[in-house]
Amino acid sequence: MVEFKDRLVLALGERDGVPAPALAKCIESAGGRVIYAATQCFA
Amino acid sequence: MTTRRDGAIRPVVRSARFALAHVPGLVFAGSKPRRVLGAGGPELRAEVRRNLRSYGSAVAYPPHQVLLGTIAPEALRAIPRPWHQHPVAAAAARGPTGSLIDEDTFYAWLARADTANLVHFNEEFAASLQDGSGGEIAPSSSGQMVGAMLERGEPLYRSGEAAPIGVVIPAHDQDEALSAAVMLENLAAKATGALALRRLLDDVGEEPPVEYLLGCGEEAVGDRYQRGGGNLAKAMGELAGVRTAGGADIKAFCAGPMHGMLVAGALVASGLYRRVIVVAGGSLAKLGMKILGHLAAGFPILEDVLAGVAIDVTEDDGRSPVLRLDSAAVHRIADGLAPHQMARALTLAPLRAAGLRLGDVDRYAVELHNPDITEPAGAGDVPAGNYQMIAALAVQGGEIGRSEMPAFVEAHGMLGYAPTQGHIASAIPYLGHAVAGLTSGPLMRVQFVAKGSLFLGRMTSMGDGVSVLLERHPEA
Amino acid sequence: MDLEEQGTIQRLVESGERDRMIVLLGTPNAASTRMIALTLTQGDPSYAGPLAGVPLGLPVYHILEDDVKAAISPDVYEQEIGPLEFVLDKPAIADALGASRGR
Repeated sequence: MVEFKDRLVLALGERDGVPAPALAKCIESAGGRVIYAATQCFA
Repeated sequence: MTTRRDGAIRPVVRSARFALAHVPGLVFAGSKPRRVLGAGGPELRAEVRRNLRSYGSAVAYPPHQVLLGTIAPEALRAIPRPWHQHPVAAAAARGPTGSLIDEDTFYAWLARADTANLVHFNEEFAASLQDGSGGEIAPSSSGQMVGAMLERGEPLYRSGEAAPIGVVIPAHDQDEALSAAVMLENLAAKATGALALRRLLDDVGEEPPVEYLLGCGEEAVGDRYQRGGGNLAKAMGELAGVRTAGGADIKAFCAGPMHGMLVAGALVASGLYRRVIVVAGGSLAKLGMKILGHLAAGFPILEDVLAGVAIDVTEDDGRSPVLRLDSAAVHRIADGLAPHQMARALTLAPLRAAGLRLGDVDRYAVELHNPDITEPAGAGDVPAGNYQMIAALAVQGGEIGRSEMPAFVEAHGMLGYAPTQGHIASAIPYLGHAVAGLTSGPLMRVQFVAKGSLFLGRMTSMGDGVSVLLERHPEA
Repeated sequence: MDLEEQGTIQRLVESGERDRMIVLLGTPNAASTRMIALTLTQGDPSYAGPLAGVPLGLPVYHILEDDVKAAISPDVYEQEIGPLEFVLDKPAIADALGASRGR
């Protein structure tokens, strides 16, 4: 299991995959902190 | 099947028309090419020039023929990909639902669209336009003057030619919102939107008179104090020769046109207007967006067309497909951005509310970007992704089994064929075929689903979307 | 990943507590997963961006990996990821990451 607690996370999302807000909710539920969040559109 | 409260007017979609402009010389003015060619030097520029398509190739390109209405989207399944290797035989530039004009014709319209004297051609080019069109073209300037203007303006190229044939100058030397690049972008949108509008009016006529125009493109028209002032709708109407309508713009990224259809339908349903036309021009910025991917794959530069659209929404005419406002859905602030959250809000929820199953919709018109354009650049097959998501919801809802997903997609979906012109590609490319299918064809019900990436403007991390059902008229 | 984003990430990593940093991807397929994972662990493979030849050395994970799923509350995962687990190509994505870690 990956440990997210107290980790600083760069959330690189994609509109047609998993976007950043969804990644952020997952990270926060696991105790991590999002320090960068971006969602690519038509990468 | 179609419910109607007493006194409520039923809005219908009477027709849709597309105006495509083949502008290979303007690929260099696209956002990505500008940045990439700056770094890549003259060899890259020459390589791009070698890989530009001819007008004939653009006309015969199967996805364009689908947009022009001569072949059905379903026909693309029988044509091997990549489609540019299988041109349509004896293809015409004019089809039932649109026309594809060549570069010179586009430049003539760019000049007609120019009310601020910003477009200047060199004498030789201006003379050649004069011969061809017979209409009034902007006065030309001497080669010397154009040369001077090129220092501050945007060069205009013809395909394959290294020297510019003209220039667009800034409308103001200090105001960034009136820079030459912005002026070219906005004039290109204005011209292509007006062309679609004119084509629609020529085909369908002026009864009832158009009362309102809703612009819905992604350009920004304004100046330093009001960068997004807008209302390109009225400018497009003016250029198209419309005198009777007022207008305004709806801004919602790629979901603009669908928001426009919703608002147009509501205006007609309220009785305020009898006829509203939703109109948008093309996106110059998106030309050549996937240029590196196409060069690497040995493809021609496929993003060489601007696309404009006009959608005719009127009061009930007894036969045209009905815009089911009671089944419309908009992505709300509380809804999420993930694909399944979007699909639940836009596809599942309104169908459930109408007592319908996902399988009850004959066709879903989703984001219809041409996968030959997007895949070489690693951006995947966007329509397929949308359809797989809808099929997955059908599985979750117990309508089909996991193994039936491909069959569901085949039955209710289609291959993408729209140029990657942003708001133009989102659901509405299917409108012409939908109107035909819902009147003289066998279709009963089509759901249009558009999405917008609001997060790109950095004002929010949200997405957006709109969906609406178009249904066969009960008397058709 | 475009050049500006590479630059932003590089600055962020160099100015902060890089030992605590993790990258979490939401890429939709194996190809894009591979590209980003390579750029972040080994440097930009196209040699076009600020990260060309600069290995950031950050651990890179994907939200669909089982090891990641195990760390997240099931309710949240169901809500935020849900059917994407079978709509996106989970095995191919996991393989792509495995390959980039193997180097």
